[in-house]
Amino acid sequence: MEYLIGIQGQDFVLVAADNVAASSIIQMKHDYDKMFKLSEKILLLCVGEAGDTVQFAEYIQKNVQLYKMRNGYELSPAAAANFTRKNLADYLRSRTPYHVNLLLAGYDDSDGPGLYYMDYLSSLAKAPFAAHGYGAFLTLSILDRYYRPDLTRDEAMDLLKKCIEEVSSASISRRFHLHYLHLFNLFHL
Amino acid sequence: MALEDICRFKDRHHKWFPFSSLEDTDTSLYMMDYFNLRWRGLRTSEKNSAIPLDFFTPPSANSASFCLPNHSTTVRRPFPLSHGTTTLGFIFQGGVIAAADTRASAGGLVACPAVHKITPIHSHLVVTSSGSGADCMLWERILTREIRLYQLRHRRRLSIRGTAKLLSFMLHPFKGTEVCVALTLCGWDKESGPKLIYVCSDGARLQGDIFSVGSGSPYAYGVLDGGLKWSLSKDEAISLAREAVFRATHRDAYSGNNVDLFHITAQGWSQRKREDLKEEYYRDMEKRSKDRRGKIKRE
Repeated sequence: MEYLIGIQGQDFVLVAADNVAASSIIQMKHDYDKMFKLSEKILLLCVGEAGDTVQFAEYIQKNVQLYKMRNGYELSPAAAANFTRKNLADYLRSRTPYHVNLLLAGYDDSDGPGLYYMDYLSSLAKAPFAAHGYGAFLTLSILDRYYRPDLTRDEAMDLLKKCIEEVSSASISRRFHLHYLHLFNLFHL
Repeated sequence: MALEDICRFKDRHHKWFPFSSLEDTDTSLYMMDYFNLRWRGLRTSEKNSAIPLDFFTPPSANSASFCLPNHSTTVRRPFPLSHGTTTLGFIFQGGVIAAADTRASAGGLVACPAVHKITPIHSHLVVTSSGSGADCMLWERILTREIRLYQLRHRRRLSIRGTAKLLSFMLHPFKGTEVCVALTLCGWDKESGPKLIYVCSDGARLQGDIFSVGSGSPYAYGVLDGGLKWSLSKDEAISLAREAVFRATHRDAYSGNNVDLFHITAQGWSQRKREDLKEEYYRDMEKRSKDRRGKIKRE
């Protein structure tokens, strides 16, 4: 099962995703990257149905880049998140809804770091920490217990490691392994 | 899509013209309206022309669209479609190996024991197919045509990654229908070397070093994961591929008969003679009984 997690600190957002691309019982790829770079300061993490993830994420990615080309400046993370949500919502009641769950992590020069949680029903919530997948059931309580808004980067990494250990050990399928994780730490000031 | 916006295809996307005096359907067949093949479920017999897929061709003055007469709602299948196969591909130091069995099954019947599941697209790209046989044949032909057209228009060959993306985008409108293709593009790019990309009708597009697709793929993975190293020689790699397909056909009812092997290098693809797995089976039996005899003698 796919897993995404994000933790927002005072001046950073820490996100992680598992690295496995599976097709029913077979793990087809062990180094699959679920992160899509929307701009220098925005990252989109996308899990869900096989083709929908890449199609939708690349669509958002290209449109965000197009905005920059047309207007000369980049979209803010909040704008990008709302744009993504709007697209999800538009397709939701069409014949081809996109079944994707997303985390959008970004750094706004004026507002600071932001983590946005979106799911396939096109809900949107700005949250200090968030997770997707079965692993979320296991780790949200850990995050509730230990999260503080003033976490340093090292503390956030430790918290993340705690969560990952939990998912690795408690996961039935055991597909999810620590060394398959790809960690991306967003931006210094 | 963004690119559609720039190319101003947006206005053609959602409309379709029931009586198309605007569309000149007598001119040469330029593009198939495969978006509408089954998708809209139209009942009229008028031609229609919504073609969102022409974003990958440059707009030209006489972009006439060839419109297929519509299909009525789903036709009942006379027999179960051919599924079931073992195909595999992997990259090693000497290039790319693509291997597949040759059985086409329709339910419990072996519809054809000598099918070609590996098809060359151009001199440096072959595609292995699994899923529905008819769909695979069709989409391979469509892909070959589009790649050739790209080469003629742009005077360069499309990269393997570009080919995979093109195929994935062409298949996307059929997601959710009963189109079932799982193709592995095995090829050699002049710029970036050997490439192995898995594309399926669900929309997945994965680049990797080793893929096996089909009902026999778990068995093939078992053999491949154990024996595959980057430093294999060409003969070792070929015998590994043959062994993997053989073991899969041994266990999987829907794979069998022969094995096709292709080897792709910077010079292009080369095909090995098709080998009957019956011979491989007898060789294996012979080896086992010899081992057993040897063991009994020693005891």
